[in-house]
Amino acid sequence: MALLEVNDLHTSFFTPAGEVRAVNGVSFSLERGKVLGIVGESGSGKSVTAYSIMQILANTGKIVGGSIKYNGQELVNAGEKVMKTIRGNKISIIFQDPMTSLNPTYTIGHQLVEAITLHTQRNRKEAWDRAVEMLRLVNVNEPEKRMKQYPYEHSGGMRQRVMIAMALACEPDILIADEPTTALDVTIQAQILELMRDLQKELGMAIIMITHDLGVVAQMCDEVIVMYAGSICEQGTADEIFYNPKHEYTKGLMRSIPTADTAGTKLKPISGTPIDLLNLPKGCPFAPRCDNAMKICLHERCETMTINADHQAACWMNVKAAMEKEDQAASENGEGGDIR
Amino acid sequence: MSEKKIDTLVEVSHLKEYFNINTGMFSSKPLKAVDDVSFSIRRGETLGLVGESGCGKTTAGRTILHLYKPTAGEILFEGKPVKTKADIHEYRKKATMVFQDPYSSLNPRMTVSDIIGEPLDIHKMYSNRKEREERILELMNRVGLNSEHAARYAHEFSGGQRQRIGIARALALNPRFIVCDEPVSALDVSIQAQVINMFDELQDQMGLTYLFIAHDILVVRHISDRIAVMYLGRMVELADAKEIYEHPLHPYTRSLMSAVPQPDPKIARANKRIVLSGDIPSPLNAPSGCPFRTRCPHATPACAEAMPEFREVAPGHFAACHRVAELG
Ligand SMILES: Nc1ncnc2c1ncn2[C@@H]1O[C@H](COP(=O)(O)OP(=O)(O)OP(=O)(O)O)[C@@H](O)[C@H]1O
Ligand SMILES: Nc1ncnc2c1ncn2[C@@H]1O[C@H](COP(=O)(O)OP(=O)(O)OP(=O)(O)O)[C@@H](O)[C@H]1O
Ligand code: SF4
Ligand SMILES: [Mg+2]
Ligand SMILES: [Mg+2]
Repeated sequence: MALLEVNDLHTSFFTPAGEVRAVNGVSFSLERGKVLGIVGESGSGKSVTAYSIMQILANTGKIVGGSIKYNGQELVNAGEKVMKTIRGNKISIIFQDPMTSLNPTYTIGHQLVEAITLHTQRNRKEAWDRAVEMLRLVNVNEPEKRMKQYPYEHSGGMRQRVMIAMALACEPDILIADEPTTALDVTIQAQILELMRDLQKELGMAIIMITHDLGVVAQMCDEVIVMYAGSICEQGTADEIFYNPKHEYTKGLMRSIPTADTAGTKLKPISGTPIDLLNLPKGCPFAPRCDNAMKICLHERCETMTINADHQAACWMNVKAAMEKEDQAASENGEGGDIR
Repeated sequence: MSEKKIDTLVEVSHLKEYFNINTGMFSSKPLKAVDDVSFSIRRGETLGLVGESGCGKTTAGRTILHLYKPTAGEILFEGKPVKTKADIHEYRKKATMVFQDPYSSLNPRMTVSDIIGEPLDIHKMYSNRKEREERILELMNRVGLNSEHAARYAHEFSGGQRQRIGIARALALNPRFIVCDEPVSALDVSIQAQVINMFDELQDQMGLTYLFIAHDILVVRHISDRIAVMYLGRMVELADAKEIYEHPLHPYTRSLMSAVPQPDPKIARANKRIVLSGDIPSPLNAPSGCPFRTRCPHATPACAEAMPEFREVAPGHFAACHRVAELG
């Protein structure tokens, strides 16, 4: 049994303009000790997927279908009482902006101690010691002194380390990191990523790493999910996704990033603009921007197909490729279909 | 400097920009956001500028454009000093800026046409309405905006389109030199590539010179001819883009380049990162001697004594480190 199993998750926001289908049939599983990356365009539903797992959606948001199982236990509709035993305890989350997630009016120590006493059996004294220990673990120097300081007295990198300490204080099985280093400088980012990798190995937890930085994914992740317009368009091992992408969006994404080798050349951007979730097209959500879109792409959504044991994608190009192969084999007897 | 004649467009010498920070009711202290920075930008080139948050990149860009009055130092444009009010007024037509955040840098109550037309109005660059309209449409066309969009408001556009509006506005006066301050940082990867290509094309078509500020090293590496690195208000290294990316000399640049997340799992896994300990010091309390010494893996007691000079250590390669010869 996987540690976390998400099956056909649907999450919507009910707004005056209509139902925003932010997450549209997302399925994946996460094994103990693995790092899973979630990438995708801004607005593709990465954070909403994470918030759905934690059940910390805004008031207008609701899980409208599917299942989320932690260690076999169903979390959807399990109720707030159950979620309180999960949240911060078994599954923790680090948000992108550590300033908004730390309360500016309380000391770091106060907030750490609150979190620890809330989620564990420790009393305040024990929680205090544990907090100091955690700060030391995340390389905050002079942790005793830092405990008495307020968030504004810390740099961005320091605050992000405090957030990690807070998320880890209860030794969760799963750490969800939503753009944990986006606001940080490269050298500080390197420190934090290194730290997360070390802790992950040491504590054996699983990490869901949400980011739009493919470099961070390449460095950190075992498996990768690529999202587009609320759905998973492709998932597989990091090597499969980077070296053998099988969805046109992923291919476009890989082509559009600058690398050391693109200097002096033109980048190959994805054309068009991001999708409007209020008006999802009938066919493949990427079709309006896809250079290789075929007729069928505009009419019908491609099912998730198995590329190999480590790799799945939902793109008609794979069907076309498979059919062409068949065509070739059958060309002698004049058989075969055409989906164009 | 090397022997061959270089066509310099912008020359910055000993530029300083200090902000007065109140440290108490009656006391204040200078925050040295840009401290004694000298370099030049060649006509038609893109000079990338990188460094940690707060190291002074934006301040340097704004001061070079005289949007801030320099505390000290000199700016030469096309060989002539920019000093008097009249100089600055003329300079403003030829040197301009594109900002990071297309959301907040555009006035939501102005139409696209008015945003792009504003610099034309300020500098009275047309003789009648029709000429103004034509110029605006030409600019919109240039950055790939549909002319039907002219009467719409900026907030109706996506991030990438807003950045195009900002660029069209910057181009309005036919500038020679543009300071691009994180112009693609707020954009999604796929849109980012569209805008980067556009900067590239505009440079070819109009012979523009860019100072391109960004924190994404791969973006800067892609677009720049040369790259300059700042740390705590100082310039610590400057060289050809390929050279500085592959053979950085300053310990800070080395750690910076090694920390770039490489979008390739095999390279990323094999990468030997030089992870620095500690945080960037406050510019209000800069360390004595070399500003990087508190985090430098190679610092010696001598590094706390004197400020290393920013000098040419190999042809066209500048660095400010006492130990650069030993480390190289
Ligand atoms: N409270 C809300 N009300 C209405 N729509 C929302 C709300 N929160 C999120 N959405 C919508 O859900 C979609 C998915 O948002 P989400 O935050 O998951 O994107 P994301 O992939 O995390 O993007 P980013 O990379 O920008 O963080 C977006 O279109 C967003 O506008
Ligand atoms: N108007 C101002 N008044 C006072 N201090 C300022 C002002 N503008 C910038 N500073 C300070 O000067 C230093 C340099 O800031 P600057 O914005 O130039 O950095 P930057 O390199 O552009 O950083 P970032 O990458 O975060 O944009 C910082 O310490 C900043 O707080
Ligand atoms: S001068 Fe000293 S402290 Fe500064 S970068 Fe060089 S070795 Fe490091
Ligand atoms: Mg998000
Ligand atoms: Mg800046």
